[in-house]
Order: sequence, then C-alpha cells, then structure tokens
Amino acid sequence: MKGWWRVADLSINFAGIRSPNPFWLASAPPSNSGMQVHRAFEAGWGGAVWKTIGAPVLNVSNRYGAWHYGGQKMLAINNVELISDRPLEVNLREIAEVKRAWPDRAVVVSAMVESTPEIWHDIIRRIQDTGADGIELNYGCPHGMSERGMGSAVGQVPEYCEQITRWVMEVAKIPVIVKLTPNISDIVMPARAAVAAGANAVSLINTLNSIIGVDLDTLEITPNIGGKGGHGGYAGPAVKPIALNMLAALGRDSVVGGSKMPISGMGGISTWRDAAEFLLLGAGSLQVCTAVMHYGFRIVEDLCDGLSNWMDEKGFAKISDVAGRSLDRVSDFNNFDLSFRAVARIDQEKCIRCNLCYVACNDTAHQCIDLIAKDGSVVEPQSYDIQANGREEAVNSRPGVHVREADCVGCRLCFNVCPVEDCIRMIEEPSGRPPVTWGQLSESQREVTEDWEKMKAYREKMGIEIH
Amino acid sequence: MLTESFESTARADALGELLPPLTENQAAVEAARCLMCYDAPCTHACPTHIDIPKFIKKISTQNLRGSARTILESNLLGATCARVCPVEELCEGACVLQAEHKPIAIGRLQRHAMDFVYRKGIDLFEPGKATGKKVAVIGAGPAGLSCAGELAKRGHSVTLFEKRELGGGLSTYGIIGLREPVEVAMAEVRMIERLRVKVETGKEFGADLSLTDLNSDYAAVFLAVGLGATPALGIPGEDRIIDGLEYIEQSKVDAGKLVVGDQVVVVGAGNTAIDCATIAKRLGASSVTMVYRRTENEMTAYPHEYNFIKREGVNFSFLTQPVRVHSENGAVTSLECVRMSLGATDASGRPSPQPVAGSEFFLAADQVVKAIGQQKPSLAARLNLKTEKGFIGVNANFETSLPGVYAGGDCIRWRGAASTVMAVQDGKLAARAIHERLVARG
Repeated sequence: MKGWWRVADLSINFAGIRSPNPFWLASAPPSNSGMQVHRAFEAGWGGAVWKTIGAPVLNVSNRYGAWHYGGQKMLAINNVELISDRPLEVNLREIAEVKRAWPDRAVVVSAMVESTPEIWHDIIRRIQDTGADGIELNYGCPHGMSERGMGSAVGQVPEYCEQITRWVMEVAKIPVIVKLTPNISDIVMPARAAVAAGANAVSLINTLNSIIGVDLDTLEITPNIGGKGGHGGYAGPAVKPIALNMLAALGRDSVVGGSKMPISGMGGISTWRDAAEFLLLGAGSLQVCTAVMHYGFRIVEDLCDGLSNWMDEKGFAKISDVAGRSLDRVSDFNNFDLSFRAVARIDQEKCIRCNLCYVACNDTAHQCIDLIAKDGSVVEPQSYDIQANGREEAVNSRPGVHVREADCVGCRLCFNVCPVEDCIRMIEEPSGRPPVTWGQLSESQREVTEDWEKMKAYREKMGIEIH
Repeated sequence: MLTESFESTARADALGELLPPLTENQAAVEAARCLMCYDAPCTHACPTHIDIPKFIKKISTQNLRGSARTILESNLLGATCARVCPVEELCEGACVLQAEHKPIAIGRLQRHAMDFVYRKGIDLFEPGKATGKKVAVIGAGPAGLSCAGELAKRGHSVTLFEKRELGGGLSTYGIIGLREPVEVAMAEVRMIERLRVKVETGKEFGADLSLTDLNSDYAAVFLAVGLGATPALGIPGEDRIIDGLEYIEQSKVDAGKLVVGDQVVVVGAGNTAIDCATIAKRLGASSVTMVYRRTENEMTAYPHEYNFIKREGVNFSFLTQPVRVHSENGAVTSLECVRMSLGATDASGRPSPQPVAGSEFFLAADQVVKAIGQQKPSLAARLNLKTEKGFIGVNANFETSLPGVYAGGDCIRWRGAASTVMAVQDGKLAARAIHERLVARG
C-alpha cells in the first residue's frame, strides 16, 4: 500500500553492521571527535566511520584546497590532513562513549598503523574493546602516511593488502572493511586481495592524488604551506563518475562480484540522487564527506528523505531491492549495438536560442545543426545589418536552430551543452540494420575490423554513412 | 559657509550614483551565469554591437583589461553607456535568460570592467601612426568623442571643438548624476585627449569658427552638435518656467546652488522630465507632479524609468496641458491646466491630444520645470544642408549634402529614439567613412 507517508525501509545490514539508514560519515574530519559524531547522530546519520586512528602524526595549516568552477564553490576538495592527531587513548575512550550512547547506529573505526602483525593485532584488539561495530582498514590515504609505508602505499600493492588484511583477520571479531585507493590502474586487484584475505567487505573510493592549482600572483602551489605545496587527496562532486566506475568494476568482477562481498560506496556523494546511483551500481552502504564539509551534518535529512521518496515512487521497499539493480546494464564497448541509432531533436518551443548547440556541433562535432531564418532559409551567424539593433529586432530576427537529422550521428554533444531542461532530446530512430556488436563483428567478419578497404565495403553493404 | 558646503555635499550625495558598483564576487557570480550564447542576441541588440559574451567571459576569467578592451573596441564610451543605456530595451532585453531567469546584468558588468581600467589609469589604445590628415569634429558629446577617438586611433589629427566649458555633452550636463556622475564623462574626455585629440572648449561653431575656416584647414568635418534648447510652451507666464536641461545641469555642476521648490510641477514625460522630477524629489520638494498631455501609453520615458519615478513618490497628471503660469509678487503660485482627450493618430504615430472645453483646473506649484524635448538643430538651415524632418540629413556614410562634411548623433536622429549609444555608433561609423575617404584620397 502506498500513501503520502514514508514506506521504504532505509535500514541496512552491511556485512553484519546494522544502521537505520545507509548514510555513514566517511572517515574524515567530520568524524574526528566524539562531540562531532554525537551531533551527526543527532542530525540523523545512520553511522560514522571514525577518523583514522593509529600512528602518531602532526598536521599543518592550509591543509584543505578546493576547486571552484563557474561561480560554484567546492566542486572538489583536496587535503593534506593526516589521520587523527588526537591521542589514541582519547579517541578510543570517545568511541566507546559514543557507541554506548547510540546503540542503534553503526560505529566503525578506521585504522592505519605500521605494517607489522604485532602493531596491527594490538590496534584491532583495542578497537574491539570499545564496543565498535566494525573496523575499516585505511589502505587509501595518498599523502603523508603513504610516504611512511602506510595508506595508499599498502593499497597500491595487492600483496601487501592481502598480507595485512590476513594479520587483521587473525584477531578480528567484528566485521572488517578494506578501504581501497583509486590511485591504481586496476581497482579490481586490491579488492581481490581483500577477498583472498577473508575481509568482510570493501569500501571505495578513497581520495585521488591531486594538485589543486597554482597561485598566479605568487606562483606558489595552492594551498600554500609555508611556501610549499604538493599532492593531496582529491574528493567531492567532481570525483563521483570515477567512483561509480570503480564501484561497477568490482561488482562486475567474477572474483569480487562473485564473492558477494558487500561494498561501501563513497566518492562525491552529495545528494540522495548520487546515493541512489551508488546503490544501483552495487553499494550496500554509503559514505559521505565533502558535502558534509560544505554544508554540515544537516544534509542527511534530504539524503534520507529524497532517497525514501524515490524508493516509494519506484516501488522499492528496502535498500537491498535497489542495491546492484543497474549493475547488469554496465558493459563495455565490445558489447554495444553498433546498429543503435539516436538523433538529436530540438524542441522549438523550449529553445531559448542561445545557439550553444549550433556552435558546439559546427565547431567541434559533426556539423549537422543549421541556423534557419523565419523565411525558412539557412543563414550564417552574424548575418544581420550592422545598423540593426534593439531588443525587438534582435529577438524577432533571430534564426532558429534545427538539426538535419539525416546527417546527425547522435553524438549527444548538443544535448549536453543545452542549458534548457528537456529542450534537446535524443530520439531513438530505427537504423534499419540488424543489431551487431563490435565483438560479434570481430568474430564473424574479422577482416572488416582489420582492413579499411573491407570496412568500406561493409559500410556500403550495410548502408552506414560516415559524416 | 559651513551650512552651505554641508548642503552642497548632502545634495550631491542625494543625487549620487544610484547603483553601487558590483563587488568582485558579485561580478564573478553574475558573469558565470552568462550562457555565452553564440552570435548572441545581446550583441545584436546593442547599437554598437559590443561582443558581450566575450567581455563577460573575460570578467569571469578575471581578465578585466581584456574585458574592457573588448568593450572599448566597439564603443569608446563604454563607461557612459554602461550607466545610461536603456539596457532593458537593448542588450538585457534581448538576453535569452528571460522566462525562467533574470537577464544577465550586462550594464553593471560593463561598468565593472570599465571602472577597473579607469580606476587603474590603464590606456588600452594608442594613437595610430600619423597620417598627416586633419579632421575637425564639432561638439564633444558622445557622437563627437566617439568619432574623434576612432579617427585618432587611425592616425588622423583631430581637433574637437566644444562650445561649453566642459566636454562630454549631455553625459556631463544633461544626465542626472544618479545615473552618470560628471567624473565618468570627464574621464572619457581625458581618455580621448590622451589619444592626441585636441579638445578646444569654449569654441562655438558659427560664432567662433565657420565652415569656411574649417574647410580650408581640415580634410573633413564631423558635425555632432546635438539639438537645440527646450522649445517654448507658448503660454502666459512662461518666463517663470525653468528649463529642464538647465535644472539638471545645475544639479550636476553645483547642486548646492540649485533652487528647488516645495511643490514642483514638471511638464513633460520623457527621459529628461523623469530626471528633473527625480532631482526635485530627492532635493527636498514635498510634492512633485509630472504633467503630460497624453497618457502613460504614449510617454517617451522607458517603462523602467516610469517604474523608477513612481517608486520615488512622484505623482502623475496625464491628459493634462498647461495653459498659464500664475504668480504673485514674482513667485509662482500655481499652474493652470486643461484636461485633454485623445483623438486621431497624428504625424508622430500617436493619438493627438485635444483640449476638453471648460475643464480648466489649477495645480498648486511654486516651481514649474519644462522638459518637453529639444529644438531641432538650427545649424542645418544656417549651413544650407539638406534636412530630414528638420534634422540634418545624411547618407549611409553619415555624409551630409556638403561633400566632406559628415554628421551624427542627436542632430541626425530624425527617426527612432535619440540615445547616447546610438550617437556613439554614429561617431564610430562616420569615423570609418571619413577614414575611407581620407585614405582613398591618398
């Protein structure tokens, strides 16, 4: 039964870690202290991965840089902050206090210590003594700790990843999540290592190596740390597509996906819409950092509310109904139908005549949009009389933009640049050719894929015109 | 003394520039909103066809010098136009972001770029390589300055004759400080001078110099003489009526000395009338009434000006024509008016107002200001130039019926609304034509 009230059940059981909703604070500055996590839970967060505890560190000033674009602040953040610089004892005490106060929330503790079995055994036992629900192994931090043989120095070498995880699993009594670094050519390899070592789950992505910029006045690196600067971990909305791809890569891998190991997704989740996409590509819990650092803990309200409303609309009763639902749609070029055809169509009623589609198509794509004057003739840009001016003249004489659909290759660039919602649509048009993939073509007519003359003949036979 | 100077300052403040400059951040956010339309309608709508998306993009990349240059390449009086252009009727009115958004604040962004270069004292152009050709420009208003500057950029030796004490024309004397402070017009005059244009003020064409003098010394002449004085209403007591342009001039030159009545009636409903009413209201009049013989549908003030003046608290008396100024002991006491009704369409394309018999009434007033347009240029007749509805007639190259004598600006505007930006474009195009002529002659 559906009504106006919320019916979707947002609670999760992630590798044995339960939380009332899938949204956890990622291990980062927002989860640096008991006071912060307490406030986050009051705001409604389902869980928190405590800021990484472990080896002693000292931090620097100007540790966060950010990438702003087009008047939009913080499309991404980068940081050289290290793991928690608060004493281990203080963190462990506060973790125990928070867990006692919030029995229904997921309290996961991120850890990173030097790579010896004794030190790892010790930290795992001490974390378990707090009553925490789970442990996340930070194999991802790309700065500061990696130079000391920790963080991404571990995550980038699947063998280290597996070895350390085995040490951890020797003493672990609560679920263990291995956090992966994206600073690697194939994300699947360290994930397989985690599977091999018997970890309970993986999480991804940690931050990407980055330099945020150079100051054009001082020529210093941004942010400037006493005249120097360097690579830091990159996160936020800008990294979401990278995270989604890596998440899907694990889900599709026969070993990792086949193991059904739960995956905690993160990397640029800012809204419930982002969250739903991570779920659809196989995430079982969701971690958020940059959006919280931008707007505060309060954003969890719409994360839950929006996700719940969307699930209600779609008829998904619980998170596991959503999780991985779009994974089977992910494929690769070899399996795409070469006969699939779409063309751009411009809604003349909605079009505001900015002509961005025209210039994009004409300069950089496939030259199939025309400027058409009121009398139906094709006109060139800037073809008005130099003495003509005024609002009415400019608006009334402005030509319209029209796609020559026969010439449109369906590249979708115009669709992407159009500033008006639903103005340009990609219309599926029958190509008149039977479906065939490059993979099939390579098998059935290998010569076509290797010889330009054969390709020409094939195209002529199939009626494929290249514009 | 102290009271006087305080009064002057307070009055100058009351008529200070209405819109504050955009902050760096406001400009960045506004510039980022611009879609960067291709072959943009704002550029088409601008009479000088400034490449608006280009200058806005340069603001968003913090290339303010390049932004200003983009503006000035098309319009040398970019700082004036940024302030006085009726942007709602031009660039901003044509912006594609109308229906679901607000148009980009193009005028204010242009001012942002212009203020930057004037504040920093950056010159973006230099005089062209000297051609040895001499051109005389008559009148240092927007058309004259534009033409002189464009010719100087091409290397011609230009002398700009101006009958007033200061250059700038209406920008200096005729546009309320609320919209354009004197300093902005002065900065533009100085920029034109730095292009080695020789500006000779206090030289009146016809009185201090003749066309014969000019023809012997100069290879071409550009007339940018503007229009004449405010015409007479032709009613008894007219000598008590204050000329609107003089009212504005006094408010700009020395606001402290401007006499402002308590109950002010402004006759007219055009741009100048709006400015006069604004001055009266802001400088202490307890009531200001604008009197117009037609209705709000026919008034020549732009809708945004009408909305502005209503918000200032000015009253309107439409379908009203003054018939007599009453005064006692030399002081105005009231303006006698008659009600009008609209009849058949007249030569201006508007319904002609007819007095309603027996409808006379009195508007209490201690000051009456008239702003009912300007007389057509008397120069045309004196020089025996061909005219167009009383204005100086020119061909497509802005050349008058006298070869080598060109004209532009308000003095040729026989159709369409006179505006600063149109005058700038006239000056620019005339300069091109004059240059062609001088180059062709070798």
